[in-house]
Amino acid sequence: MTALAPAPTATTKPEVAPLGRMLLAQTWSELRIRWRIPAFSLTIVALPVLFFTFFGLPFARQTLANGTSLGAYLLASFAAYSVGSVMVFGFGIGVATERGLKVDVLMRATPLPPLIALLAKVLNALAYALLSLVILIAYGVVVGGVRQDPVVWIDMIARLLAGSVPFIALGFAIGYLCGPNVAPAVANLVYLPLSFASGLFMPLSQLPAFVRSIAPYLPAYHYGQLGWSAVGANTERLSVSIAWLAGYTALFLLIALRAYKREESRKFG
Amino acid sequence: MLGPNGAGKTTSISLMLGLRQPTAGQVRLFGRPPTDRRARSRCGVMLQESGTSSVLTVGEIVEVFRAYYPAPLAAARAIAMAGLTEQAAVRVGTLSGGQRQRLYFALAICGDPEILFLDEPTVGMDVEARRAFVASIQTLAAAGKTIVFTTHYLREAEEMARRIVVIDHGTVIADASPQELKARVPGKKITLIAGRPFANRDLEDLPASVLSVDGNRASLLSNEPVAVLRELFRRGVDVADLEVTGADLEEAFLALTRRPESAP
Repeated sequence: MTALAPAPTATTKPEVAPLGRMLLAQTWSELRIRWRIPAFSLTIVALPVLFFTFFGLPFARQTLANGTSLGAYLLASFAAYSVGSVMVFGFGIGVATERGLKVDVLMRATPLPPLIALLAKVLNALAYALLSLVILIAYGVVVGGVRQDPVVWIDMIARLLAGSVPFIALGFAIGYLCGPNVAPAVANLVYLPLSFASGLFMPLSQLPAFVRSIAPYLPAYHYGQLGWSAVGANTERLSVSIAWLAGYTALFLLIALRAYKREESRKFG
Repeated sequence: MLGPNGAGKTTSISLMLGLRQPTAGQVRLFGRPPTDRRARSRCGVMLQESGTSSVLTVGEIVEVFRAYYPAPLAAARAIAMAGLTEQAAVRVGTLSGGQRQRLYFALAICGDPEILFLDEPTVGMDVEARRAFVASIQTLAAAGKTIVFTTHYLREAEEMARRIVVIDHGTVIADASPQELKARVPGKKITLIAGRPFANRDLEDLPASVLSVDGNRASLLSNEPVAVLRELFRRGVDVADLEVTGADLEEAFLALTRRPESAP
């Protein structure tokens, strides 16, 4: 008589937690952390609306020479400013703060893969960028009376979110180069003049000649083109702007990676 | 793992966890590199130099950490074992130093790990917190968990550990049970005051280790104080006053970790 081998009774415990569950939990906690830091949540929601009120509302109902609504053009400018600021401030100050608190040391000893942690940060930033855009555009439409086909707004949001990668890289570079006390200052000193000189606060035609001459070399200028292209007001060929943004992404990533590696060898060598 | 500050305790733990890379040799956890996710999923970790976001609550942060592990403990259970039930809804930023240390303990155990690495876990804990912590450790050990912890208090190691590895300057200088270790470290402290300053040869080759010599005053550690005194009298050392007391464990430990070149 052949006895059947007893079925294995030990339930096979999974060896690792599902990555999806890690990503969800991590993203949700990142969202909560950011929301509870008013210096971030309030700033990214309120500042673009405030800037648009000062620099955009007075001209919102005018039209450009080519027939584009000036209001839509300016809304696109501040939309670009807004997404860029979420990325530069969110990652720059966020990463520097975490390094200061040594959150990274403990996280490294957990089974959470660094790539999941990074992805959660990116999803979190995209969510806040989207929130900031929806509020800004709704404000422009309702208060500023800027009228566009809803598809145009969706197109603008999609272009700006997709093109935000160089600013994520810039944020990381600042976050790894600076300590938690220095990062906010550096982020402001880099990003505000950059936005201004790229024509995000007021159209380039209003700016001094030397600013106009350097703008085409700046990442925020080409990023602005993505927003303006959604309302048909871009002044550069889109492929040219995308190439510039890709180049800046590579540059910022290189700086971020070098700073990251330097820290790695110091902390975990 | 017992040793004075700078002994290499944290470095050892970091190597075991794959947080630092060894210059030679290799580390295996459950037969895998310590950086392997499958190995990490079976470890719990409490580090000295680490932190968490200060704006999340205790409960929230434990929930996030649970998601990293395949079969975590219930959050309430982990929080209770760390003695933080009352603080579960409190933001991390408002916790005291000792409570924060307990939070790190909750994070270390929430994944229901088979092995726990605790680097100086009791630093910053008050007496009561420490007692609760020791009880939790003993519960975990009774449940078959392996617990590796570092301390620079011999008393703490004796109280909690089944095996004590003493390290100093990156070298293992003893690896024994608390009983064996206790038998090896000198149990009595002899304090002598002589009629004249001590000479080097007065204290050479005694069955004791010399703690300090200051003019005509000397402190020795020994398990055979009578033999030490007999030998001193035989050498004609003019003992003016003497005191023999049970050695402070810290002093005994110092004698054990003392490197030859630093002896007086």
